[in-house]
Amino acid sequence: MASDSDSDGDFVTFGTPLEPLEEDEPLRKPVPLHEQTVKDEKGRYQRFHGAFTGGFSAGYFNTVGTKEGWTPATFVSSRQQKAGRQNARPEDFMDEEDLGDHGIAPRQITTTADFASGRKDVIRDKARAITSLSAPIPGDTVLEDLVAPARSSMGVELLRKMGWKDGQGVGPRVKRRLCKQRADSGTRAFVSASPPNGLSGSQDEEDGEFVPENVTFAPKDVTPIDFTPKVDLHGLGYRGLNPLAALRGGPGAGHINLFTMDSDRSNSLFGEDRKGQRRRGGVAGQGFGVGAMEDDDEDIYHRDIMSNYDTVLGGEEPGDGLYGWTAPQQYNRKKKDHSKDAAYLGKILEGFTLASDKLETKTIFPPPNLPRDFRPVHYFRPVVDLSSVSPMVAQALQTSRGHMAQEEPSKGGRHQLDSAQRRELLGEATLQGPSSVFDLLKVEDRERLSGLRRPSSDTSSGPRQPTPGRPEQLCSGCRDSPAAARASAQKALSSRFTPHAEQQQQEALSVWSGPTAQAQTGQTFKPFERTPHKQARYDLYIDQLKQGDRDALELSLDPTMTEWERGRERDEFVRAALLYKPSSSSLSCRFTRGKQDDGVEADTVEVTRDQENDVDDKQAAVKMKMFGKLTRDTFEWHPDNLLCKRFNVPDPYPGSGFVGMPKVKRDKFSVFNFLTVSESPTASASPAPQGVKPSEPGKRSRWDVSGQAGNKERKEKDPVSEFLSVARIEASGSGPEASTTDGPTTDPTVEPDTEQKDEEEEEEESRPSMDLFKAIFASSSDEKSSSSSEGESEEEEEEKEEGVRSKAGTGPQISNQLNVNTTQPAPPVSTTPSQNPDVVFKMPSGPAAAPPPRDQEMEEEEFGPRLPPPSSTLTERRPSPTPSAKDDKHKKKCKEKHKAKKHGKHKKDKKKKKNKRHKHKGKQKKSSRKEESSDSSSEGSDGNSQEDGEEGGGVSTEELLRRLKGIRGKNLQ
Amino acid sequence: MSFPQPKPEVPQLPQNLLRTIDCQQGAVRAVRFNADGNYLLSCGSDKSLKLWSVSRGTLLKTYSGHGYEVLDADGSYDNSQLCSCSSDKTVILWDVATGQVTRKLRGHAGKVNCVQFNEEATVILSGSIDGTVRCWDTRSRKFDPIQILDEAQDGVSSLKVSEHELLTGSVDGRVRRYDLRMGQLHVDFINSPITCVCFSADGQCTLTSSLDSTVRLLDKSTGEMLGEYTGHKMKGYKLDCCLSSKDTHVLSCSEDGHVYCWDLVEGSLMLKLPVGKAVVQSLSFHPSETRLLTAMEGRSGIGFWLREMVVCLKCDVPLLPWLKYGIN
Repeated sequence: MASDSDSDGDFVTFGTPLEPLEEDEPLRKPVPLHEQTVKDEKGRYQRFHGAFTGGFSAGYFNTVGTKEGWTPATFVSSRQQKAGRQNARPEDFMDEEDLGDHGIAPRQITTTADFASGRKDVIRDKARAITSLSAPIPGDTVLEDLVAPARSSMGVELLRKMGWKDGQGVGPRVKRRLCKQRADSGTRAFVSASPPNGLSGSQDEEDGEFVPENVTFAPKDVTPIDFTPKVDLHGLGYRGLNPLAALRGGPGAGHINLFTMDSDRSNSLFGEDRKGQRRRGGVAGQGFGVGAMEDDDEDIYHRDIMSNYDTVLGGEEPGDGLYGWTAPQQYNRKKKDHSKDAAYLGKILEGFTLASDKLETKTIFPPPNLPRDFRPVHYFRPVVDLSSVSPMVAQALQTSRGHMAQEEPSKGGRHQLDSAQRRELLGEATLQGPSSVFDLLKVEDRERLSGLRRPSSDTSSGPRQPTPGRPEQLCSGCRDSPAAARASAQKALSSRFTPHAEQQQQEALSVWSGPTAQAQTGQTFKPFERTPHKQARYDLYIDQLKQGDRDALELSLDPTMTEWERGRERDEFVRAALLYKPSSSSLSCRFTRGKQDDGVEADTVEVTRDQENDVDDKQAAVKMKMFGKLTRDTFEWHPDNLLCKRFNVPDPYPGSGFVGMPKVKRDKFSVFNFLTVSESPTASASPAPQGVKPSEPGKRSRWDVSGQAGNKERKEKDPVSEFLSVARIEASGSGPEASTTDGPTTDPTVEPDTEQKDEEEEEEESRPSMDLFKAIFASSSDEKSSSSSEGESEEEEEEKEEGVRSKAGTGPQISNQLNVNTTQPAPPVSTTPSQNPDVVFKMPSGPAAAPPPRDQEMEEEEFGPRLPPPSSTLTERRPSPTPSAKDDKHKKKCKEKHKAKKHGKHKKDKKKKKNKRHKHKGKQKKSSRKEESSDSSSEGSDGNSQEDGEEGGGVSTEELLRRLKGIRGKNLQ
Repeated sequence: MSFPQPKPEVPQLPQNLLRTIDCQQGAVRAVRFNADGNYLLSCGSDKSLKLWSVSRGTLLKTYSGHGYEVLDADGSYDNSQLCSCSSDKTVILWDVATGQVTRKLRGHAGKVNCVQFNEEATVILSGSIDGTVRCWDTRSRKFDPIQILDEAQDGVSSLKVSEHELLTGSVDGRVRRYDLRMGQLHVDFINSPITCVCFSADGQCTLTSSLDSTVRLLDKSTGEMLGEYTGHKMKGYKLDCCLSSKDTHVLSCSEDGHVYCWDLVEGSLMLKLPVGKAVVQSLSFHPSETRLLTAMEGRSGIGFWLREMVVCLKCDVPLLPWLKYGIN
């Protein structure tokens, strides 16, 4: 350790060295803890005594006494010698330790490091420089400088590092102008008695000093706020009435603010006058009164208003709390200016600044100007009793105001309305659940209650009135008729098993009569299989439920059974019906219901009231680029009330009780009759789905009736059907009414066959004039007919359309096979080949339909337009329009996969068609370029998938080149 | 003394590459400017949503919380909130500053393709592959949508909101415009799966791009076609299209790695911006200036997924001379 004498000087020793251990010395006993004491140089125990006992070593050896023991101060009592005046100072109770360097009252006066000035002593520096120069070694003081102890605190150091200099204020730098203004305001903050020094201020302003724009100055150093201790008994922040200020009066002193906010106080501390209190030169004040020359007559005897006072504690914090109330002035002010920041309260992300300029504001149009002679007085039409007036007048009144005088809901004003009436007026929905306490009671209880009440009411008052808001249900039990009593007894019985039997029955009814239930005709579950009679009754019940029969339960029960048995069975049935209800709506809502083939098996279907026009017409229109009327449908659509509120838009249908598209219940045949074809032999040959449950006898399968499929089949067989499409065009031209109004008129009970025939006849009758036909198909057919023979042209046309439709027809068919209630037929492809993959992807994934997910991508790409795959082999991918490598392979795979399914059936005739088309193509050379491209494209998509990609790319580039040429030509011109 | 020849007016098109940002998010599903165009959002297939400063090109925040790739995002008018949608069937409302999930909205039955705030960010509208558009309330604590618009017969691929109108494009080949003020639904039949719909800045037209490689400009009120723009390739992927900020040009992504830019009135191809070799998946035009964002899945040079994001600014000195069409 430090014992080495030769190196003694090199080391600094700390602490007491341990005594070297002797070899033979026995180990000393360790000093027990309680004996380890610290003693001072006088051998006194040095122990900490606590704050009140004087710190270390008070008294005599840790006693409160003295060496003489615990003797009080000398008490001298004699008449002659009074006790000396005891004038004890704190030092009297201190010992030398306390008075020492490290004591509590050091006798030496030193500057503490805290107060040592960080400012450099210029003179001393100079002197030092001189000495250093004159020193034997120049720069001698360098060492001295280096080892100089740190005298400034860390904060000051940091400030210096940030560029702060001694004597400057802290805070952001300010422009020159600002500095000045503040100085000005400071100078003006004198009382009226003092000589007005506007002169100097104005001089300052007009100095005309060159003030560069971009030069900023450090803010003025401010004297630290002195925290004056609170000595008075006033409330916090109360200043009392300053007589000077109170008497001063004048313009600014309207309100004597007894409480000041922090910011204000700091303002006054910083010597800045508040804006409101700035005086406008001139002499003013209570003593001077209002001068004759002063134009504005301030109220001298001002009244205090409550709005001058804060009603909330604390008030708003200046700034955003980053600096607190000691924030620099500029900061505060800036924050106040930016009132828009108030919109976003919260910490802003770093690097994320609030927008400096607002987004463009909406133009809000002012309400119209009222005409000059408008009187804002409502004229109430007189309430006339209809009986007292002539019928003519009564009628006139009725038409003018919509209802009769007698229908006035209440005579006693709004206070007489009960909740139900008010609800009605406000247009609110009725609350769920029982509307009165009585509904909650069991029926027998209700009966008992009413029984209790009846005698009293019979005797005391006249006929008992049902309370206005109360539903009639209450009275069901208390009606006097025996039949009602019987019914109520029945109900009571049933309610023994289920308290809300009625409710449950309703629920069951709604569940089973819904469209989803209809799909599940082949009901598989038989809850009461053991007792066939019961099961039969249950089936009956379910059947009746499906038909929406309200009395389903009562009808299905066996009347020969006892009341009790029936009640029990009733309960069971309802429960079973609820339990084994058709697939829940949560599942069914996942699938968009196809509008055309929806619920064919159902008797009634809920469909949107307004049907879209025929898709075929639209396709034709799109082909001809005749967008507009032909492709547009406009429906009534009810937005949710809340949605309107959120969009700041008045509800367009304030009274409507539903949202979305208006729905109507339709008979199942009515909607689709128009679209369907008769059960021709071809229909049966049409791809009837094998996967789907067999259609019930008497009911047609959806595939037969689906418009697209039927269409296609029809196309192949009878040439007349061409005209049907034309008829359809016309029908749709006349709007949605054609399809909708037709519906209800047809009798649903009519056999489908005859119906179909009727339909066809009707369609044929309504065949449109030839010009319409021409107008739509003119562009292509004219040219064609010139080249090809007539018979062929017909056939060709047929096929062309078919080419369009075949995809449309097959796509959804397949998809529908796999999935009930799926999509509308995919939008058929017309112009480009590339849509084909799309149609494929559109196939919804039924549980069976979904191809075994090869990988994630595959799964993903079931629907809609895909997303470019984030594959790792991108470098090889798509070097040019000609596809290659993995992606395309992948694409092809997908395509092939789907296609294999899709075209499995139709491949053969497709190929045939293709060949045919080739033939035609050879013939029709005159056909327009457009036609050609579309033709070839559809061909490409139709047939083999291998050439698909190349074909598509080729076409697109071709097209592109063509366009480019056109553009260049244009430019040259 | 003769006056100098007036300088031929350079078409106001973003044609110069200023910066690319490697966001390392895998494929970028969408890039979106915020309301004032100072920031951008990138939706990555790595389940993250990132906020960038456009001017500096720096990453400000990463928002992670989605369970699958993020497909679309939107910022509120005051930049305080973000919403994003994902393949995980959820829509998430984010707090910008903290990056916390303010609300996670579940209800869609399939992946959610598009999401938008309404003007005051009181409603989030999301369109999903399940064919529904759901209107979520951001003001209440309810987790159910205010309204479900299930008119679409196939997946909803794109959606835009204006003051009181909602424009949706669906794979069933129809563009639907819900007019809240009138309480009407206008359906325009396009006959090809819609990939993107837009309102024009003046609110009079709608722009739709569909998978038949055509972008169409339709009159909003009547549905008539005002312009048709072709030449690009959009056949299988869901790519974006947009209008320039002053409605002078129509821009569309293309599968051949270019952004095509047509003159709105003439319909002529003005510019073919080579972004890269892969598919340009998304683009976004600056709300007020001539700036464009494009998103492309980049090629992997280092092994990471690169996205090239090209911020093109119109400036006098072109950094890279691109091929120009239609310009002499």
